[in-house]
Amino acid sequence: MTIDLKTVKHISKLARISLEEKKAEKLANDMNSIFEFIEKLNELKTENVDPLTSIAETTLRFREDKITSDNIREKILKNSPEKNDDFFVVPKVVE
Amino acid sequence: MTEITSLSLFELIKNIKEKKISSNEAAKSFVDRSEKSKKLNVYVTENFENCLKLSKEFDNNPNFDLKLPGIPIAVKDLFCTNEVRTTAGSNILNNFVPSYESTVTKNIWKEGGILLGKLNCDEFAMGSSNETSFFGNVQNPIAKDLVPGGSSGGSSAALAANLTPVTIGTDTGGSIRQPASFTGTVGLKPTYGSCSRYGIVAFASSLDQAGPMSKDVKDSSILLEVISSFDKKDSTSIDFKRNNYSSELTRNIKGLKIGIPKEYRVDGMPDEIEKLWEKGIEYAKDCGAEIIDISLPHTSYALPTYYIVAPAEASSNLARYDGVKYGLRSSGKSLIDMYEKTRSEGFGEEVKRRIMIGTYVLSSGYYDAYYLKAQKVRQLIKQDFDQAYNKVDAILTPSTPSSAFKIGEKSNDPVSMYLNDIFTVPVNLAGLPGISIPAGVDKNNYPLGLQIIGKPFDEQTVLNIAYSMEEKINYKNNITDWWMK
Repeated sequence: MTIDLKTVKHISKLARISLEEKKAEKLANDMNSIFEFIEKLNELKTENVDPLTSIAETTLRFREDKITSDNIREKILKNSPEKNDDFFVVPKVVE
Repeated sequence: MTEITSLSLFELIKNIKEKKISSNEAAKSFVDRSEKSKKLNVYVTENFENCLKLSKEFDNNPNFDLKLPGIPIAVKDLFCTNEVRTTAGSNILNNFVPSYESTVTKNIWKEGGILLGKLNCDEFAMGSSNETSFFGNVQNPIAKDLVPGGSSGGSSAALAANLTPVTIGTDTGGSIRQPASFTGTVGLKPTYGSCSRYGIVAFASSLDQAGPMSKDVKDSSILLEVISSFDKKDSTSIDFKRNNYSSELTRNIKGLKIGIPKEYRVDGMPDEIEKLWEKGIEYAKDCGAEIIDISLPHTSYALPTYYIVAPAEASSNLARYDGVKYGLRSSGKSLIDMYEKTRSEGFGEEVKRRIMIGTYVLSSGYYDAYYLKAQKVRQLIKQDFDQAYNKVDAILTPSTPSSAFKIGEKSNDPVSMYLNDIFTVPVNLAGLPGISIPAGVDKNNYPLGLQIIGKPFDEQTVLNIAYSMEEKINYKNNITDWWMK
């Protein structure tokens, strides 16, 4: 299987990463060589194998639905590229 | 007297407790040496002034009952440190200042450790040579223009150059053990669930694990004891009884069974690696261990499995970098345009490549063929180890298929770079503890490491075997301080 330029552009849309034409070609090449290497897994029959989703074999713990963090709103907002009072600001969205 | 910076952590603690060296003297020594070592490019963010100040405060009111009394320590820049910039080696986090502390680093400060600074690493820990860092290459102190390994390359270089007495790294596919092997140092990846992932910038959450890096095995046992803890803030942290790793450390490994997996004799493996491995087997026998041939039949499928699972998890974890709440923002005509430009400009090539692979294998129509398939093969790889551990207590392999390579040598060929992790990746997939210890040199005098893999939660046996073999190997790094001249 080969990954063509169209697929690369589609994936970059899904990943929300803008891509120049020239870079897209290089990326397609890289991805093809990586997938060639990944295809080795098809040698194995795995119909009757359970997928391993977590190595930790623990069931997730529950906790009380209680606020535990301190009031760090100011500190959090300080990292924001653009803010207005207590809000994060993003480019205008008009549907 | 030996220079303060070349002391082991154990010796440094002893000297501080006996009041032969003050915390401030120690901090000054490491800061001075670091100032003269800028050429290595190990630091992304220095915390020198604060470290000197805190060491003075420690000396004014010392507590010698702590496990790391007034010890200055630099850490990989993947650990969030409260009020100290944390970049993960990425442009997208260039200006990020966390408002909280990772559990692992919190454990270190609680026991008296003092932050020296934040160490360079591959961007989001994605790399095996530290070349993907936005903050530039790190030089391996072993020789000029040699990579220090990765992703914890700043950590391994700082350690080998005596710029920090010990350090911590993170290991998703070999990122502690491979750089340790490349710099003649010791690196331990604990069992998945031992050290909390809280506050560590996430790469692939089912594989990521923090661990100690040190000049010798004893130091790793001291640091592991400090950083390994059950933590409610990490949903996959495991509540098991942790040993007092350093006080239970012993060289008596008589009668332990050590497995040698035949599948690790890979095609094209250099002779010197093969010889190193054979030498290692002899050392293990000398220590009283019994050597048993074993088989891990799915070994060759580990890397392809890893290169589906890790990018898939990464693409999901890195979706949070959108230029809204923190980090870099590029301007765009619309919200979507802003997202796309921010991520395109903020991420480097390797990170983008992995996000693309991950997005692809998780995309509609491909999930079963790739991601589900990889999870099934991961099960088979884990079962290989489960079966082997019915017969043996630990497994001995080389750490890497080669010694450190030149900067630039492999950066244009992702697959050849990925092959570096061939011996370390299966350990992450199976969630096991593994240590790399220096065991010899190649024809260029570059260090080579051996890896000891243990049963889940059996770090003590891994450390004991390493401690015992270390004495027989008696490896010494020959570092000339060439970068200061």
